[in-house]
Amino acid sequence: MKVLRQGARLARRLAVLAAVVALAPGAVAASDGLSPALRAMQADDSQNPGMLWVQQGQALWSATPGPGGRSCLACHGPLDGGAMRGASLRHPAWDAAQGRALTLSQRIRSCRSRHQGLASTGADDDAVLALEAALARASRGLVQPAPDDPRLQPLVVQGRAWWQQRMGQLDLACVHCHDQRAGQRLGGTPIPRGDPMGYPVYRLEWQALGSLQRRLRGCMVGVRAEPFAPDAPEWTALELFLKARAAGAVEHAPGVRP
Amino acid sequence: MRTPLRTRVTLPPRVRRGEPFELRVLVAHPMETGHRRDAEGRMLPREILTRLEVFQGTRLLVQADLQPAVAANPFLQLPLVLGEAGPLRLVWQGDGGLRHEETHEVAFE
Repeated sequence: MKVLRQGARLARRLAVLAAVVALAPGAVAASDGLSPALRAMQADDSQNPGMLWVQQGQALWSATPGPGGRSCLACHGPLDGGAMRGASLRHPAWDAAQGRALTLSQRIRSCRSRHQGLASTGADDDAVLALEAALARASRGLVQPAPDDPRLQPLVVQGRAWWQQRMGQLDLACVHCHDQRAGQRLGGTPIPRGDPMGYPVYRLEWQALGSLQRRLRGCMVGVRAEPFAPDAPEWTALELFLKARAAGAVEHAPGVRP
Repeated sequence: MRTPLRTRVTLPPRVRRGEPFELRVLVAHPMETGHRRDAEGRMLPREILTRLEVFQGTRLLVQADLQPAVAANPFLQLPLVLGEAGPLRLVWQGDGGLRHEETHEVAFE
């Protein structure tokens, strides 16, 4: 009898587990591990600090900041409802002219220097982050597609290899925390799944908006590895892999993180 | 003076006379405490917002003194009751002679 009852309990547990596993691919909670307070802050535009940058980006979109005399709006149309909706989710994208994959940030910066005549900047420049945030905000509510351009596939494969590569003095790979121990705690802090959704995010620790590259750099420093050079192709490969991995998640930018 | 403050002020779509509502204010500001050093070890001078005042006409409705312990990009939630219609004038003051003013219309029912 006892054995039977245990068997029934086990079957019930397996059924629950199967349901969870079945949910997993389509139902990636992009902001998993967030406290209710942070989730509320993220969901409310009147208190989400990322909206300060979105607002700045929306203003920059129609401004003509450089000697080039052209605004983003003049070539690309409006941020909302136009071709720009979903653009942030389609990056990194292949740029035929430069013969390489460009992240959204690199795309914005190359546009700014080529067409607007502005000096080139790093990924963490405030104006670039603001434009990136405004574009990500325009894709809010859309589902992350898997990158399907065949020219990007080698990079996705490279990105996966970096994801699984042990590195640093702690000899850890991304996969050890963000796949195998996602949802558990490191010290007191929940370990997130490492989804690239909601970027650029407002991180309370930074007290500012920051790029995905900055976030990844933080993890590499955390395992005491030497981060890749700024804008190295390795970052693009990792970002592409993360986007492929998060396919099906819903964009909620600008995100708020602890 | 530097670029004007980047602010985000949220008011309810409709306000009823004599009934409380919330004015929400988000400001982009570093709120540098004056206790930190830069990478070269030099003290970073204090640079904070020191005061927010909310007026309706000439009547002062709210005054808030901000301190160095307030985080960067402060968010303030101010409960208000208005007896009469009229725009709100928000006045910020801060270190380094910062003074910033803006006016927001309130939509009455």
